[in-house]
Amino acid sequence: MSDRDPVRAHTVRLELDDEPGELLNALGPIADNGGNLLSIFHERGNRTPRGQIPVAVDVEATPERFDRIVAALRDAGVNVVQAGTEHYGDELTVVLVGPLLESNLSETLSRIESESDCSIKNVTLSIGESATDPSSARLRLAVHTGASDAALDAVRGVAYDQELQVISPLAGGESA
Amino acid sequence: MKLAIMGAGAVGTSVAELASTYDHTVTGIGDSSSAAVDPDGLDVGAVLERKRTNNTVGRSAPEDLLDGEYDVLIEATPTTLGDAEPGYSHVTSALERDRHVVLANKGPVAERYDDVRRVEQKSEGTMLFDATVGGAIPVVSTIEAFDSDSVTAVRGVLNGTANFILSRMATDSLDYEHVLAEAQDLGVAEADPTFDVDGTDAALKCVIIANVLYGGGYTIEDALVEGIQNVPASALSLAAEDGRTIRLIGDVADERILVGPRLVPESGTLAVSGTQNIVQIETQHAGRLNVSGRGAGGHETATAVLRDVGLLE
Ligand SMILES: NC(=O)c1ccc[n+]([C@@H]2O[C@H](COP(=O)([O-])OP(=O)(O)OC[C@H]3O[C@@H](n4cnc5c(N)ncnc54)[C@H](OP(=O)(O)O)[C@@H]3O)[C@@H](O)[C@H]2O)c1
Repeated sequence: MSDRDPVRAHTVRLELDDEPGELLNALGPIADNGGNLLSIFHERGNRTPRGQIPVAVDVEATPERFDRIVAALRDAGVNVVQAGTEHYGDELTVVLVGPLLESNLSETLSRIESESDCSIKNVTLSIGESATDPSSARLRLAVHTGASDAALDAVRGVAYDQELQVISPLAGGESA
Repeated sequence: MKLAIMGAGAVGTSVAELASTYDHTVTGIGDSSSAAVDPDGLDVGAVLERKRTNNTVGRSAPEDLLDGEYDVLIEATPTTLGDAEPGYSHVTSALERDRHVVLANKGPVAERYDDVRRVEQKSEGTMLFDATVGGAIPVVSTIEAFDSDSVTAVRGVLNGTANFILSRMATDSLDYEHVLAEAQDLGVAEADPTFDVDGTDAALKCVIIANVLYGGGYTIEDALVEGIQNVPASALSLAAEDGRTIRLIGDVADERILVGPRLVPESGTLAVSGTQNIVQIETQHAGRLNVSGRGAGGHETATAVLRDVGLLE
């Protein structure tokens, strides 16, 4: 029976119009089809080329229910850009620092996601107060189980290109 | 034991002051331009008084000290990169005379480890250097107490100045420049704090640890080093919102050396505050050891030097 299939975490990437009720509209089909909402990352500060807001939703569901959720979202007219069925077992938190952080943030984030094969679950930005006190961003990444080191290397590579410093958790030690 | 002390700064003078409490005789004290030498033992109080008032230790030349009578040369001149001079020549000339050497100076064992070990091999003398890493904390000797194969990683906070700055920035939400100036006023940071804040000092200590763990072959060129100069207050507050903080951590594992600001649990073992140092030694069969304490200071470092001298008796 399909209901005995394993419940997994999935990420759905949506692009929503910047209008009231849009997010709620998109979450309805998830609950209606038995998905358990884990987190919503609403990149309000970002715009896609079409002027929409990218949203990443993490949902826990059996594979079969997840397929139904994606179909229901599409039926409801929601722009589903990607529906991952991947399991992200580990979490990794990094802080990025640098004077160019804000101006390149969305490029940095999308490159990190594509190059490190992770899902960014949450971004918190703290704006610096002066030239000597640049801005910082804390990123919570969902990464494949056991792939934290590889993800971190990829984050470092992107940060290097973007002239950012990465403050990472200590590998091996007490994980933060 | 008869001790000849090269370097009459914070460490050298502290070794001279404390030597008699360990029943040692100081037969030489040298600084950058002069030396005081007496095979029967110097009047340490008088020499240090002369250093304080006239900024000279005696009428002899520093080279006379190396030629003089002593069992152990204490090397406490400034740490330098590259050729590690003048420390390197002091160490090798003592070893070539079949004397023991105890180092506080990191240069020779960080930058020219293989060279000094080669000279030591041909010598009747032995070289010890526990004071070079972690000040009063016995780091090198603790690592050596294990079979080095069974130590899988050594990591920790190895620079008190950087740790003071980061912990003060975190607790009081102050920016880097502000706290650095305060640290300089308090004497926690030197007038030129470059090596402390850019990670060089912590990296040199990690290089020494790597040389001990892996049998040599490392210099600072092999370390990936980032400093704390660009860590803003905003990064510390983001870390704090998440139950973490940021510390300058040196990490030696899998034959590589990484030094840089890292996220650590705010209430975790590695998040020591102020000028404290901590070292974690990860072992294969005995779990994790934590050793913490004062990582610098004249008397602290001199105590580590004299502990090494005691092992040579
Ligand atoms: N301070 C600490 O807490 C600590 C901890 C661990 C390791 N260390 C290491 O221990 C060493 C000494 O530290 P410190 O704090 O005592 O340094 P310091 O206060 O700067 O003293 C350095 C001493 O070396 C002398 N010197 C310089 N060039 C010389 C030369 N060519 N020949 C003979 N003497 C020379 C200086 O002479 P003048 O007096 O004539 O300038 C001075 O007396 C350094 O390598 C340091 O990295 C220090």
